[in-house]
Amino acid sequence: MEILIQQLFNGLTIGSVYALVALGLTLVYGILHIPNFAHGALYMMGGYITLTMMTKFGLHYWIAIFVSIILVGLIGVLMERFVFHPLREAPPIHDKIAAIGILLFLEAFAQFYWGAEYQSMPTPYGQVVQIMGLTFTMQRILIVVAALVVMLLLYLFLKKTFMGATIIAMSQNREGANLVGVNTNKVAMLTFMISGGLAAIASSLSSPINLVFPGMGQLVILKAFVIIILGGMGSIPGAIVGGYILGFSESLGATYISNDYKDIIAFILLVIILTVKPTGLFSKGGQH
Amino acid sequence: MAKIFKQRNMISLLIVVAVLFPLITNNTYYVHVMTLSFIWMIGVYGLNLLAGYTGYLSLAHAGFFAIGAYSIGILTVKAGMNFWGAFILSLLITCVIGLVVGLIAFRTKEHFFAIYTLCLGYILYLIIDKWDSLTEGVRGLIGIPAPASIGPIKFETEISHYYLVLFFLLLVVLIMYRIIHSLTGRTYIAIRNSEDLAKTIGISTMKNKLTVFVLSTFFAGLSGALYASFVRFIGPDIGAISITFDLLTYLLVGGIGTLSGPLVGTTLIVWLSQQLQGFQEYRMLIFGPVLTLLVIFYPRGIVGAVSSWYTKLISKKDHQRILRPTKVRSGASIEAEKEVKEG
Repeated sequence: MEILIQQLFNGLTIGSVYALVALGLTLVYGILHIPNFAHGALYMMGGYITLTMMTKFGLHYWIAIFVSIILVGLIGVLMERFVFHPLREAPPIHDKIAAIGILLFLEAFAQFYWGAEYQSMPTPYGQVVQIMGLTFTMQRILIVVAALVVMLLLYLFLKKTFMGATIIAMSQNREGANLVGVNTNKVAMLTFMISGGLAAIASSLSSPINLVFPGMGQLVILKAFVIIILGGMGSIPGAIVGGYILGFSESLGATYISNDYKDIIAFILLVIILTVKPTGLFSKGGQH
Repeated sequence: MAKIFKQRNMISLLIVVAVLFPLITNNTYYVHVMTLSFIWMIGVYGLNLLAGYTGYLSLAHAGFFAIGAYSIGILTVKAGMNFWGAFILSLLITCVIGLVVGLIAFRTKEHFFAIYTLCLGYILYLIIDKWDSLTEGVRGLIGIPAPASIGPIKFETEISHYYLVLFFLLLVVLIMYRIIHSLTGRTYIAIRNSEDLAKTIGISTMKNKLTVFVLSTFFAGLSGALYASFVRFIGPDIGAISITFDLLTYLLVGGIGTLSGPLVGTTLIVWLSQQLQGFQEYRMLIFGPVLTLLVIFYPRGIVGAVSSWYTKLISKKDHQRILRPTKVRSGASIEAEKEVKEG
């Protein structure tokens, strides 16, 4: 029983990280209909920037995360401006290849600049807490809480502010939004900013319990794709729910099935879903 | 002057150069590198047929490359089969897996297809990496035999191996040429340009896409089997996603959706990488942005850029000859023919 609760909690932590990454991916997909393969590289850059800010510049964990959010968000905006914007009329295969190009560049850059070795990120929340006989590390609790706060803030931003409403409008109908005076260029940049920021938050939160290395984004991005297919491409609640579902199934699968094959669970899940329903589980009709 | 550069002459010249290459260089290392790039070219052609001509970006290509390589490796090393039997069987295995995967994968479209194949490629890689009892896992398969001799022809030296691979490459190019310049090829291009429209005019898109996919995996498997018998050692890394990205880079630089693109791109990049040996790990610092910039500015790569420049040149010439109507007519028909060929 204790193992089960422990594993459920672990699932909650991983799920929170996945949900944050998937949210960024799904937002971009909703606006531009691009599967951003470079999103995992943004996640990786977020981890490295936070780490560098903490070790080289001696900033506090939270300030380092803040710097990281801004910088990765800016990388996202640059990507939109210089790559996806010029390609908006091109056949869909071009966006994907361009995104792969960015991904390859950023990974090679990280390896070149920070080295290929695995690095661990220090955290001020290394303490262990005992709650009802169960042990939790502070960092894991922090991940769960912080992810919830970020999701709540994002929800309020999208639903209660004008800028958020423009994002929703554009994801519903690009031309329509343009017609009623929404500056679609600005909204696209804003979306990439938020998407990059979410990736930076996710990696900065999870790095202390995992490690920082150039390939750290690869698996995460693949799983994020599984999640947004699970939850419907472009759907925000779908990304959150999908993230937690995947987190739980992975941590339970690792304990009760096989630790070796735990990474494969997500992909088997995806293959099954797409076999049964080729457009994703909760996709709206008529949308590709 | 222009007649010397006619397509047929260029092709024969290229073949002659390729055949004479080992005799000219006398450097086994160069022959080795060239053989490897020929092997990659075969794989790139598979990707080209699927992504370039049919418009479906498959990111599981390295997985099929690895299936071809591992099939021949396991069949010869573990099952002790004779080489050519294992060779043919490994191609069959790749095609059958390709068929099964294609049946499911083509239920999805566009982005979903790319994501699906991306995840599938990762599954294939994980299976190869973790299934110790079959694939030897991270230790890799060692001691794969060189191709057995056919009658009096032996394949023990580097140079004989070079000719074997060249033979298969020419075969693949011939098959590609025949496909592209036939109605089947035009059907694939129709699917790429608009699948709905293709359906409307009575093309069975599923059947065609499936044929392309199996052919594409066949090329990948062939290239994998040749790789295994040439390098004689394979590890799970050959199924990694980075190999797919490498193939994609070769294709994009040469020209996606062009017949000679894979030849140009692969030769260029493999040689560049060989020159920058110490730079191997960071090569993507250059090739990554190159990939992105190419897609934005020259979506059809080097070959596409050169051929559109050439077409422009010809149409300019025709423009100057506008006073002589007979000439214009022939020029226009040549141009029209060229357009058709380019698809």
